Amino acid sequence: MSNDIKVQSESSTIDDQTATKAEAREEPNSPLPTARPTRRSFLAGAAGLLGMMALGSCSWQEFFQQHYQRMTAKEIDEVVERLKAQYREKYGQDFVVGTEGPIDGTLFGYALDIQRCIGCRRCVYACVNENNLSRDPQIQYIRVLRFKDGTMDFEESEIYYNPDDVPEEGYYYMPVQCQHCANAPCTKVCPVRATWTEPDGLVVVDYNWCIGCRYCMAACPYQGRWFNWGDPSVPKDEITTQTHYLGNRPRMRNVVEKCTFCIQRVRVGKYPACVEACPVGARKFGNLLDPDSEISRIIRTKRVFRLKSELNTQPKFYYFFAT
Amino acid sequence: MQSSGFVSEAVRRLFVGPPVYYAWMALLTVAAVIGITQYIEQLQRGLVVTGMTSFVSWGFYIGNFTFLVGVAAAAVLLIIPAYLYDFGPIKEIVIVGEALAVSALLMCMMFVTADLGRPDRLWHLIPGLGILNLPQSLLGWDIVVLNGYLMLNLFIPGYILFRSYQNEPVNMRFILPFILLSIPWAVSIHTVTAFIYNGLAARPFWNASILAPRFLASAFCSGPALIILIFQIVRRYTGFHVKDEALHKLAEIVAVAMAINLFLAGAEFFKELYSDTHHLSPLRYLYVGIHGKGLLVPWIWTAMGFNIVAFIIFLIPATRKNFTTLNLGAVLIILGIWIEKGIGLIIPGFIPSPLGRVWEYVPTRVEVLVTIGIWSIGLLILTVLLKLIIPIEKGEFTRARQVAA
Repeated sequence: MSNDIKVQSESSTIDDQTATKAEAREEPNSPLPTARPTRRSFLAGAAGLLGMMALGSCSWQEFFQQHYQRMTAKEIDEVVERLKAQYREKYGQDFVVGTEGPIDGTLFGYALDIQRCIGCRRCVYACVNENNLSRDPQIQYIRVLRFKDGTMDFEESEIYYNPDDVPEEGYYYMPVQCQHCANAPCTKVCPVRATWTEPDGLVVVDYNWCIGCRYCMAACPYQGRWFNWGDPSVPKDEITTQTHYLGNRPRMRNVVEKCTFCIQRVRVGKYPACVEACPVGARKFGNLLDPDSEISRIIRTKRVFRLKSELNTQPKFYYFFAT
Repeated sequence: MQSSGFVSEAVRRLFVGPPVYYAWMALLTVAAVIGITQYIEQLQRGLVVTGMTSFVSWGFYIGNFTFLVGVAAAAVLLIIPAYLYDFGPIKEIVIVGEALAVSALLMCMMFVTADLGRPDRLWHLIPGLGILNLPQSLLGWDIVVLNGYLMLNLFIPGYILFRSYQNEPVNMRFILPFILLSIPWAVSIHTVTAFIYNGLAARPFWNASILAPRFLASAFCSGPALIILIFQIVRRYTGFHVKDEALHKLAEIVAVAMAINLFLAGAEFFKELYSDTHHLSPLRYLYVGIHGKGLLVPWIWTAMGFNIVAFIIFLIPATRKNFTTLNLGAVLIILGIWIEKGIGLIIPGFIPSPLGRVWEYVPTRVEVLVTIGIWSIGLLILTVLLKLIIPIEKGEFTRARQVAA
């Protein structure tokens, strides 16, 4: 039935879907400072080593900032004010940096109708926009895998498919993003507890606490985590200013980030951006603790499965067949 | 007064040596400085200057780190015969092994720091000030055991040398508990390092219980092989007495360890090949390549060839006792294990990715030069340590002589 709907697909070439930093590799004629170790650059660097935290926009307050969960309400307010000033200076706009906490009795869950998805990647780009994902080097929280009908082997899937129209005859699509596991392997391995599961089930990162060891990336079976190999860049006129501290606020270089189910939206009663963007309504979101919610009904009444369930990660992200 | 005498004499000794010593130190210093400038570039531009990607998120640095933890752990192979079995020839030289362990550990720490995206936030790891995620994070445990092992390997030889410097006997009742503790501790550093990878269900290539035993077996090949070479260099240039017996005993240990290493590798091959599941993919990528990609294939076969040839050399008594073949075997083992356990272990863990992508990794110029730089700093540290330790051991550098002079 989904084959009846023809939608123009958002193009994806290797360049813009890889979301690796391959494209950010230095070109032979790169205007960036190259690596000729002159004595001057060495001395400058040696001085820079000491004042490394001064690199970019890091102040002493930022350097000594405590873990998000260890800060008092007053300290968090100060941090938010500092961040807002910093973002205003960089992007020329006023930001909201929310710190809304979890709502009692809420456990967020997600369901995706694999039968209905047409592989158009509208969700990918809605996510990029909403979450201020770096355009270069490129990061995209959602990967859409294309499988041949009758197969479900990741190695045989394709993410760089690029037809004029989707869906394509003989294929089906499976978008994959952070699965917000109840038994998350990524949070367990973090040596500094910079990433954790919130009481409402969202797996989040304190970007200011992450040391950039990337152990969580090695631990994730879904490739749900991303690293800012270079300075993240978002055009000023495309920046989303409605943000959350644990969500889509502008990130810094060399830290890990990930899908938060749009914490900045779902904690104030909105749907994640990908849910709203889906043209065929394949994406469902809601409260798993509410037996009458759409998500609870889907899990109860439809045939559902979770990716790599043999790993016992217990994702709160379900795939289902509506019919 | 006394300590200043020690320091000035130590500094004087560091600047005296044959021309080859100056050349060696100059070479290492140049390589170290180049490495530091490259690291500064990495700090200024971020890890984008490395070859690592979202797909292969650990690379050359972590590979070298893993290899060197093994070298550090291998010091235990000198400690056991020296202190537990009182094997004279090795007891005389055990301190050199401990110096190697210290240098290897410092290199490990430098490699992990080089791999870190935010070294400015290292303080987040300090319990109290920051948060060390124990008991959950194996990386947290690794920090604990590596630092503990470093302390032990500084303290034990430090105490023995201090006594020797003072011309006083060593109080074995005092130091023996520390020596005994250092034995399981050596095993622990390599076990915990293996567990870092081993515990990740997302990476079937690492998620095999054979990983920690294999780590130890391969470490007990490469560590003693390196020690065999270092002892001969030390013997040649310092007149420090190293008996052939000690070297041959180490070579025997290498032969046994290599037999176990090859056996464990075979056991892993059998399991993966016979069950022929998706878990075979990383192994196939490593040994034959998949989807037309296989940058590591020539490397791993080289390593395999080196290890087997070296095993034969170390197995046959005639070639084991001949210094030409012994040294050839030692070099082959070091290179073979470095490939097998460095890039050959880390990179296939990421290929194919958990979602089936085959994205290859090649270290960049920055990574290679930083790596050479860290090795150079490590060898500088080792040279300095040996330069001071050996005269103390030989009784040429003591307090009495200082006072007399």
